Amino acid sequence: MKALARLFRTTAFKLSAAYFVLFGVGAFLVLGGVGSRVEAVLDEQIAETVDAEIQRLVELYGEGGLWQVVRSVERRVRAPGGAIYLVTTYTGDYVVGNIVSSPALSAEEGAMVETTYKRRGDADDRDHPALARLAYLPGGFRLLVGHDVEDHLVLRQILGRGLGASLFWLALVGTLGGLYVAYRMLERVDEMAASARRIMAGELDERLAISGAGDELDRLAENLNAMLARIGQLMRGLGEVSDNIAHDLRTPLTRLRNRAEAAMRDGAGAEECRAALGAVIDESDNLIRVFDALLMIARAEAGQGCGAMSAIEVDKIVADIVELYEAVAEAQDASLTSSIEPGLAMQGNRELLGQALGNVLDNALKYGATGQSGAVKVAARRIGDRIEIVVADRGQGVPPEDRERALERFVRLDSSRSLPGSGLGLALAAAIARLHQGSLRLEDNAPGLRVVFSLPVARAAQAPPASSLA
Amino acid sequence: MSTMRILIIEDDKEAGAYLLKAFREQGHSADLAADGLEGYARAREGGYDVLIVDRMLPKLDGLSLVSSLREQKVETPTLILSALGQVDDRVKGLRAGGDDYLVKPYAFTELLARVEALARRRLGPRGEETAYRVGDLELDRLSHNVSVGGKEVVLQPREFRLLEYLMKHAGQVVTRTMLLENVWDYHFDPQTNVIDVHISRLRSKIDKGRATPLLHTIRGAGYMIRESAR
Repeated sequence: MKALARLFRTTAFKLSAAYFVLFGVGAFLVLGGVGSRVEAVLDEQIAETVDAEIQRLVELYGEGGLWQVVRSVERRVRAPGGAIYLVTTYTGDYVVGNIVSSPALSAEEGAMVETTYKRRGDADDRDHPALARLAYLPGGFRLLVGHDVEDHLVLRQILGRGLGASLFWLALVGTLGGLYVAYRMLERVDEMAASARRIMAGELDERLAISGAGDELDRLAENLNAMLARIGQLMRGLGEVSDNIAHDLRTPLTRLRNRAEAAMRDGAGAEECRAALGAVIDESDNLIRVFDALLMIARAEAGQGCGAMSAIEVDKIVADIVELYEAVAEAQDASLTSSIEPGLAMQGNRELLGQALGNVLDNALKYGATGQSGAVKVAARRIGDRIEIVVADRGQGVPPEDRERALERFVRLDSSRSLPGSGLGLALAAAIARLHQGSLRLEDNAPGLRVVFSLPVARAAQAPPASSLA
Repeated sequence: MSTMRILIIEDDKEAGAYLLKAFREQGHSADLAADGLEGYARAREGGYDVLIVDRMLPKLDGLSLVSSLREQKVETPTLILSALGQVDDRVKGLRAGGDDYLVKPYAFTELLARVEALARRRLGPRGEETAYRVGDLELDRLSHNVSVGGKEVVLQPREFRLLEYLMKHAGQVVTRTMLLENVWDYHFDPQTNVIDVHISRLRSKIDKGRATPLLHTIRGAGYMIRESAR
């Protein structure tokens, strides 16, 4: 009983009920309309025939008097059909015709009236419905011509029964169908709810079932599944980050602690203590740096509050950062050259973009410009509605299978970790690119590595479309 | 650096006590206010060269404190200390009327250098001078001429700005982040020793062949330009 009540409460069932009422009203209007229209047409036909008959009989009276009329009526009465005729004297006495009497005899002359009549030779003396018209013949005779309209009633009955039957079947099929749809719907919603509860309970890999029907529930389920996948990805990312933080912060923290402890234990001299303290400070600075970068990546990935976007000149930023790192290149006998297209404007954050470029350049100079002929090339240009900044080196490059991974946090491809760095530089640059609705990808420079920033141009900064109207 | 009067507005007792002690050790006189309202009242009385304001304070937060002071025409140079280090936070801090913004945790040398730079701004409007001179090193801000012992030295535009900033703060420690902020106008962490490389390039131009250099590296802090005889 309770289950049934649940079914009645479903949207599907309520919808079918509403449809039923709507269809009922519609069917009633349609059938009623058709019925009355048909009746009107029939009435019109009857009126025409009756008029013609009266006219003909009046003419006959004129030609041959009452006798002609009587003969003609007698002949007509023998023909099958619903036509009724009655001729009476002015006192109402029967002269000729196929009916006994009718109230229409006392009606006004010349108008078509709805009336009843008693049939001649009818056993049950019943009143039959009819449409009739009265005409006076000279000599006080009255002529009533009409037509039986019993079939009108039959038509009405047929239509009424049709309506009733269709409403009955509609109600039956509608209720059953509504219940079935509601049941199916409820079943699937219950299924989804159960999945959701399992997911909430911790089975994060569970997904909502998709029936394959491609209906709205499937679409909902697909979207929810995509959302779950994204959440799962974020959670995994978070988990990885905490693992990596645990690792990458624990190691230097341990080192820091060991140093402090060693300095204390050994009863070392003031000089050694100072050295140890210096190392401790360096180590904690490094920790702060890693921490800051992680925080920034997290906030960039969450897409929130990493600095307001404003109109920036990308060409100037690239030039600034290249200039900043030129000295570094020079110091290690590498060359750093750039070709920057002027007028690259977009919506963005100057500081963050500067940081991202700095990280990439730092990387290129550190890993890609070692040896004698280290050369790093920076190019910035506009391609369609995107700005592309390419930093290319001629170093070892990154094998294709590692490129994706190289953009992740804390991934350092030189496993020896001999060069200083947190393993966050490229991850931060990629996060900043994403924050600008752009992307960062690694490509082969054969030999070497090409780091490509691809950033969408700000709408406001777009050149107006070339007008062909001018 | 002459003695500065510093007001530290910081609710963390340990951090406040540490700053108090550290500044006093540097020969400055420092006072501590433990909440926003007290800090506001004392800052309004005036007499301080620099205010150090923590951003998160009980009773009256740091940004409101600074903007209220500015509304009251109290123009004491102010440095805002904050645990919020994003670009936006910094911009908000400066917009509220702060003159500088430093993110916790920081090195005391960094704070000291920045506070001294702020105080210097108040004590003497050195920034208005058109030429700087340290020993035999001369820099003309108008003609963009730099000479050592009367001999002209050709500098790149950025090297000129770097030297200009250092000379403007002659006798003061200037940190690497201060240089990146003021010479390059970027506030991010450059990760490597980029600034050091620029300094050594500049040094090779102005200190070449000099027995006692003008441009000094201050270990663990930054750089300072000063006459060697001191």
